[in-house]
Amino acid sequence: MSPAPIQEVIAGTKAEGTPSPHKAEWPLWEVFVRSKAGLDHKHCGSLHAADPQMAIQLARDVYTRRQEGTSVWVIRSDQITASDPGEKASYFDPMEDKVYRHPTFYELPKALDHM
Amino acid sequence: MYTQAMDTMGKEEGAPKAVRSADELAHQERFDARIDAGDFIEAKDWMPEHYRKTLVRQISQHAHSEIVGMLPEGNWISRAPTLKRKAILLAKVQDEAGHGLYLYAAAETLGISRDQLFDALHSGKAKYSSIFNYPTLTWADMGVIGWLVDGAAIMNQVPLCRCSYAPYARAMVRICREESFHQRQGFESLLTMMSHGTDAQKAMVQDAVDRWWWPSIMMFGPPDTESPNSEQSMKWGIKRISNDDLRQKFIDATAEQAKILGVTLPDPALRWNEERDHYDFGAIDWNEFWQVVGGEGPCNRERLAARVKAWDDGAWVREAALAHAAKQQPLKEAA
Repeated sequence: MSPAPIQEVIAGTKAEGTPSPHKAEWPLWEVFVRSKAGLDHKHCGSLHAADPQMAIQLARDVYTRRQEGTSVWVIRSDQITASDPGEKASYFDPMEDKVYRHPTFYELPKALDHM
Repeated sequence: MYTQAMDTMGKEEGAPKAVRSADELAHQERFDARIDAGDFIEAKDWMPEHYRKTLVRQISQHAHSEIVGMLPEGNWISRAPTLKRKAILLAKVQDEAGHGLYLYAAAETLGISRDQLFDALHSGKAKYSSIFNYPTLTWADMGVIGWLVDGAAIMNQVPLCRCSYAPYARAMVRICREESFHQRQGFESLLTMMSHGTDAQKAMVQDAVDRWWWPSIMMFGPPDTESPNSEQSMKWGIKRISNDDLRQKFIDATAEQAKILGVTLPDPALRWNEERDHYDFGAIDWNEFWQVVGGEGPCNRERLAARVKAWDDGAWVREAALAHAAKQQPLKEAA
């Protein structure tokens, strides 16, 4: 399984075999927002920015105009490594038949009461 | 509307090739099965070239519409009648910019760059919704755009939240969540003028309704009989409801809202048809629609010129930001 840089996954640049002819384009960033204290940061979209500070500023303007977040992470898209979507089946399907990994697999006497 | 793209692209363009390898056919079969099962397609999944092209075309036109759509409204930011209305209008225009950005990002997942998308818009190769080529002459136009134009947009966009292409569907969910404020603020602004305004203000509202009604119902695109790509898009789950069905739904809803507002819709043929359980309406001037789509609307040149000027004038800022980022890089590595 060869991991694919997320830029390809998200922007599909390499998949097309035609990288942008515009060298002056601001790099792409992925934006993660924590909607409220106690929750995970969640991927919510991407944007173009020249540097990390600008990416944070734009992420705030673009993705949290209605108090959708209490914290924002940004990361350059080309810095993320992702699993290969083409290998999805062979990578994730083997878990399908391992039902014994779930608590519901085990039938126990009612007397145990919510073990 | 924002899906006019599919009606303005020729039937030939991007049509599936006749000769295909066995490998491609197997991919095609798996893809079709996923679509039929109602699965979402993600960016890196295999997809037919025609599906990709159709999506790039539709999503980018949608994005361009959001961006160009800021111009008619931006016209009134400095002339809003109160601070409250100005704050509302600013928030709305900012939303349109955000919607454009969500959609450009979705289009980019299909392997086209932001600059290529802008080039297509600025060179006039790409289209945006015909509605934004009409002028905004009075303050009442702001309310009417919210009520009718955004109302039509919402009706068109809600089914797109279930579009088979996941990045587009996700963007649409976000957009629809934000868009409903646009329609409500518009209606409320008009209602304020109609119930507390002077005779002149009421006449201004009626005039705006008279000018925007027909262009608004044209937003849904040509009649189904003249929408050559609809069938394929329906099959692919890119389009969920036909142009004519959406238009009828919009007219049925709006005719009732007009009564509450106390305005007359400029169509003498508009009347409730009990048998059909729908409103009947008069003939639409499709010549006007095709003229505006073809570049001959009242403001086509002005809109595009404003957009190109903004992009060109901002070139030094984009370059300076990159130069600044490059300068900061070695400092950081040294630290």
